[in-house]
Amino acid sequence: MTHADYEAFAQRWTEAIVGSSYVSMGRRALAKHLLDLTYQLVEGFLAAEFDPSVGREVGVAMVAGHFTGTGTLKETLALIAEWLPGLLASAPPGVDVTGRVAQLVGSLAAGYASALRERSLDEQDAIYRAGLRARRQAEQALAASEAKFRAMFTEAKLGIGIGDLKGNITDANPALQQMFGYSREEFTQLNVSAMVHPEDAESVWEVYVELVRGERDHFRTEKRFTTRDGGEIWTDLTVSLVRDEGGEPAYQVALLEDVSERRRMQERLQYQAYHDPLTALANRQMVTERLEQIFAGPASRRRVGLCFLDLDGFKVVNDSLGHHVGDQLLKTVASRLTSCCGPEQLVARMGGDEFLIIVEDTAGEADMAALADKILSAMAAPVRVDDHSLTVRTSIGVVERPVADTNPADLIQAADITMYQAKAGGKARYAMFDQNRNDSEVASFTLSATMLAAVASGEFFVVYQPLVGLVEGALRGVEALVRWRHPTLGVLGPERFIGLAEESGAIVQLGHWVLARACEQARAWRNAFGDAAPLVSVNLAPRQLHEPSLVADVTKILADNELEPSSLQLELTEQSLMGDEAGPLSALTKLHGMGVRMALDDFGDGYWNLPDLRRLPLRELKLAGSFAAGLQSPCNLVDQRIVRALVDLAHALDLTVTAEGIETLTQCESFQALGCDTGQGAWFGLPGTPELIDALLLGAVPLGNREAL
Amino acid sequence: MERPSWASDDVDIEHASPARVYDYYLGGSHNFAVDRLMARQAMELWPELPLIMQANRAFLRRSVRYLVRQGITQFLDIGSGIPTEGNVHEVAQAIAPDARVVYVDVDPVAAAHSRAILFANQHADVVQADLRDVAAIFDDPRARRLLDPTQPIGVLMVAMLHFVPDKAEPASIVARYRKMMPPGSFLVVSHATHEGRPDQAGSHTELYRRAGAPLTMRSRLEVAALLDGFDLVAPGVVFLPLWRPDSPADVDDHPERFTGFAAVGRCG
Repeated sequence: MTHADYEAFAQRWTEAIVGSSYVSMGRRALAKHLLDLTYQLVEGFLAAEFDPSVGREVGVAMVAGHFTGTGTLKETLALIAEWLPGLLASAPPGVDVTGRVAQLVGSLAAGYASALRERSLDEQDAIYRAGLRARRQAEQALAASEAKFRAMFTEAKLGIGIGDLKGNITDANPALQQMFGYSREEFTQLNVSAMVHPEDAESVWEVYVELVRGERDHFRTEKRFTTRDGGEIWTDLTVSLVRDEGGEPAYQVALLEDVSERRRMQERLQYQAYHDPLTALANRQMVTERLEQIFAGPASRRRVGLCFLDLDGFKVVNDSLGHHVGDQLLKTVASRLTSCCGPEQLVARMGGDEFLIIVEDTAGEADMAALADKILSAMAAPVRVDDHSLTVRTSIGVVERPVADTNPADLIQAADITMYQAKAGGKARYAMFDQNRNDSEVASFTLSATMLAAVASGEFFVVYQPLVGLVEGALRGVEALVRWRHPTLGVLGPERFIGLAEESGAIVQLGHWVLARACEQARAWRNAFGDAAPLVSVNLAPRQLHEPSLVADVTKILADNELEPSSLQLELTEQSLMGDEAGPLSALTKLHGMGVRMALDDFGDGYWNLPDLRRLPLRELKLAGSFAAGLQSPCNLVDQRIVRALVDLAHALDLTVTAEGIETLTQCESFQALGCDTGQGAWFGLPGTPELIDALLLGAVPLGNREAL
Repeated sequence: MERPSWASDDVDIEHASPARVYDYYLGGSHNFAVDRLMARQAMELWPELPLIMQANRAFLRRSVRYLVRQGITQFLDIGSGIPTEGNVHEVAQAIAPDARVVYVDVDPVAAAHSRAILFANQHADVVQADLRDVAAIFDDPRARRLLDPTQPIGVLMVAMLHFVPDKAEPASIVARYRKMMPPGSFLVVSHATHEGRPDQAGSHTELYRRAGAPLTMRSRLEVAALLDGFDLVAPGVVFLPLWRPDSPADVDDHPERFTGFAAVGRCG
């Protein structure tokens, strides 16, 4: 038997079994491997001492080489049975070839089967072990992850609660227990539905229901809870749905962070932003926003009312008794106002001693009038602060109107203006808003506000009314009177603006301007007419008398115009001389000392204080126009006697007397007969331009020519 | 709910696993009854399956040898399955005894078994991970112990990518591996295809789908696209037996019967 024979057998063997088993070798390596086995087989077969176990060894080797496909054994056995005897033609005589082949084949099959059985069992054992090991590792990993979760659950500062889909709480971590004050056992007796807070937004529970139904996976909200001891906590709440492996809702997990402190801080800041710290009433900001809300809604037929309150004389309390007392008084007023109002009505402190009440959905002015009455009577009782019993008086401006007709700013302004009307009307009362009055006040306000600018821009001018000697009928002087040539309202008389100027203080500048203007004119007349120039009489407002610079101002104006003080007369009212202050009297005394004439204007209209006439440095008394009216009838003896007595008194005090308001010859003759020195009025001429006075002085027109104006 | 990353997958031996089915095809007994049932059903439909698996395994062996001869001494075998005759480390270490191999399989049983077998081998280890967790695989301490990130590496995805459906974007997964592979590295891919035996592909796909391991057969062009960015080593994308056979005799007369493509790409 040659090597080629062996190779041919191995090649045939390769062809028979290739592909029937997976072995980790290519065809050439396979053929080589099988050649080795062929040698092993044949040599065993031909051995002198035949041992069939060589077949077994080859079978075992085949399994070891992973010839595990069952087809491999079949092909191998068939090959050996068919071809091996041919290869053994050279077998020693006496060898039972057929018998040995049969034994070899049987032995190989047995070895193969036994090795394959061993191998399969080993592999099965290995894979089961691997399965067990993998499962154990997975369980360990799960246990480790559960331990991690448990640690997280226990140690977390965040409250964690777990519940089933019916809302039964199944677990709560220590942080949650501490947050609510319930033990874990108590928690597990609770249901999520018991955690409703009366002020929960409905939407919170809507999304909760969606969650347990599996329609959403989580939600987050801020929610209040009631704790075990009845306290309240605010939490930042996140609830998540946990699904099982099939994606079905399984349970819910809630994470809660206690944000009560933050909420309290926010609420405090919010409260502070909208409340007055002293009285705890709403503040101006709240008023603004509430009104904006009211006006932002549909107006339809809704109405709204305001009461604007101001304490009368509060400043006196503060100044005389101190802020502590003032503050206590304000607090009492605040609580009385609150007691007058329902919960729907907003009571606010606007600042200082001003309060505002907003009433929504009023039916008409009567509602507000009733409220104002209620407030006034609530304020009637004195307020006791420390040892003081204080009488509270308030002025209330009331406005009530349809929402559609107004806006917040106008509404407050109307209430404010009306409050001042109540004050002007005598205090301790309310005034109901009056449209006409409001219009005129708005107009006045506008005039007042634009007055100083108008002085500067030359809208004011001065007219002069003749003062005529009743004895000789000659022009002795003129009274300077101011007019406003308003760009839209036309020429305005003093009755339209002097009062406003006195209120606003503009009278000081206006009076100064008139004085300066009149003195310039006086200079012009002196230049033109020399000693025949008239005395110029200028009104001096009470405020001007209190100006410390009055004497200096007059002195300077006189000097600027090179005028003798005696060519100027200043007319004062009784009102400006009332009071005990030394300033005005001292100023008057100085001016008098300089030689400026002082006249007491409108004597007889106010309270007569005859001793004052003696005390004051006066040169002239001007009788109010009311006397002229009384003298119109020649038989009014009482008035005649009064005037005569006044004239006599004046003359006794060395004062000249001017009668104002003379409109008729009768009046003129009466005053003449009663001894008056000078007359003024339409009978002698209405106020007119400097040119008219020029014409009078030149004799170009006669006195009493009313056509001249 | 997504499982937290620290929770392990359950060990599931109630369902067939591709790794154990593959072992059965190769004549192994590292499998359970469910695996054998699945394999027998598949073989009824497609009797050549064991042959195809053998051809795939033979390609693995040839490609590893090729890579070792190209100087590659470290391997990452993704989807390594149950260790069997001609494991990567055996093939590689037969030529380069210090060659290192990291096996990766998502199947915990396959991983546990591999670990038991490799217990004494200092140059091979197992990482249980999903193909898609690229960073986790490279960061695993077992991988870091054996693999030198500065040296070229052989990444093997043998009979692996057809388990990745299109919607999981297999090309972008491969690209993520490519970014981790230094120049001179190789990617070895074999992939099931319907080209060659379109008549049987549909039923086979259905079988794997029912078994919970859906199979996506791909065309030659699609397989070539998976190796985008690599330089294809000759002969390119070919039927399994045609990739650098040991001898012409190893090539079947009808290589298209072996309905899988083989390809090796090199990182430039």
